[in-house]
Amino acid sequence: MDDRKQKIKLFLSRFFRNHDLAHDEDIFALGFVNSLLAMQLVQFVEKEFGVTVEDDDLDLDNFRSIDAIDRLVEGKLAPTP
Amino acid sequence: MSTLAAVSPGMQVELAPEQREAQRIFRGWVDEHVVPHAERWDRDGAIDRSLIDELRRRRWLGAPVAAEAGGGGMDLVTYGLLTEELGRGCSSVRSLLTVHDMAALSVARWGSPELRDEMLAPLARGEVLGALGLSEPNVGSDAARVETVARKQGDGYVLDGHKKWMTFGQVADCFLVLAQLEGAATAFLVPTDAPGFSRSAQEPPAGTRASLLAELHLDGCAVAARHRLGRVGFGFSHVISSALDHGRYSVAWGSVGIAQACLEACLDYTAERRQGGKLLREHQLVQQMLTEMIANSRAARLLCCRAGHLRRTGDPGATAETMIAKYFASRTATAAARDAIQLHGANGLTDAYPVGRYLRDSLVTEIIEGSTQIQQISIPLMVPADL
Repeated sequence: MDDRKQKIKLFLSRFFRNHDLAHDEDIFALGFVNSLLAMQLVQFVEKEFGVTVEDDDLDLDNFRSIDAIDRLVEGKLAPTP
Repeated sequence: MSTLAAVSPGMQVELAPEQREAQRIFRGWVDEHVVPHAERWDRDGAIDRSLIDELRRRRWLGAPVAAEAGGGGMDLVTYGLLTEELGRGCSSVRSLLTVHDMAALSVARWGSPELRDEMLAPLARGEVLGALGLSEPNVGSDAARVETVARKQGDGYVLDGHKKWMTFGQVADCFLVLAQLEGAATAFLVPTDAPGFSRSAQEPPAGTRASLLAELHLDGCAVAARHRLGRVGFGFSHVISSALDHGRYSVAWGSVGIAQACLEACLDYTAERRQGGKLLREHQLVQQMLTEMIANSRAARLLCCRAGHLRRTGDPGATAETMIAKYFASRTATAAARDAIQLHGANGLTDAYPVGRYLRDSLVTEIIEGSTQIQQISIPLMVPADL
């Protein structure tokens, strides 16, 4: 899981230069999140972790922080009962 | 079909043999079916409708949509080569593919299962023509702030608003429309047979004159719930943004086509016209202009190839690389067209040569799918893929 968070952090850090992003830090509160980053985030999650972001996943809270994105991916990867 | 392959230890930037072959076919088809008619279409303000049937028959409408969904399943670099060739022949024809595929890919990516069942295969096969419904009389670059409104009514939605500059809006069967639903930008696929939908033809503008522009009038236009794309409030940030991302890819390649057309026109002209006792191409300042065209059109094509490769692999840096490619290629097209007219002298400003059309069409590429200025303020905030 830490490896996954590290990958998410690495990706986001490219947008937030010179800022050590905490795992629970709200990236929307930091500014610089526009529609293009929002879309790139979806592409990153899908490509990096091999999941499909569905309509129901499109919730800002799912992309608000490293922890939130990690939870989203974890939920997507969990075997369905 | 494979595409550009990274080969250790270096990077291969040549097209694969099957891509070269596809390019040869596209080029031959455009030379036969598009180039001879493009001036007339431009003059008349309309392409021949039979051309749309032919594009459909060739499976070039919906070419980038996955084969499983009924589309052409064309790899994205090959699709780029097709787009370049169409852009070389006629930017209006290229723009048909641009807007249709933006709509088709949006339904594929963001449509509900019910909407995909209903619309995806016909769109992917080009049997149903799609187009965009984004710009409005008061809204251009600031697209998220459209004034069209949607409200929930019963099981569906009702839209009210006015859209303008819809490419191929006169003939499209459905439109990807952005509207404010409870103050949140939301996307809908609006079929033209929806109650309350009407459209009117616009006068052809100076560039891409044959693209059958229309205004859309949504007056209590009722659509079913399944025609909403993506979640409420994510219509611009995700649905329209990814459509525009594809649109920029298409426009970038189309711009390369314009630059290539300018180059070819100038190589021909400067090889036959004599001034000062020698051919134009023997004058050093003419050679300088040709060199600029050659170098920049090649650079633009390579940027497009790279964007295509990254798009094919789903790299999140593809959006930034596509934006860079569109920025560079559209500016290259206008610069090449300006120089092409300069090299043709007064002849370049007459209908006897195509370079005037190339300039008018190139100007459009710097406005649509994010103007040059929008790219200039967006690219520094994006993170491109590693080289």
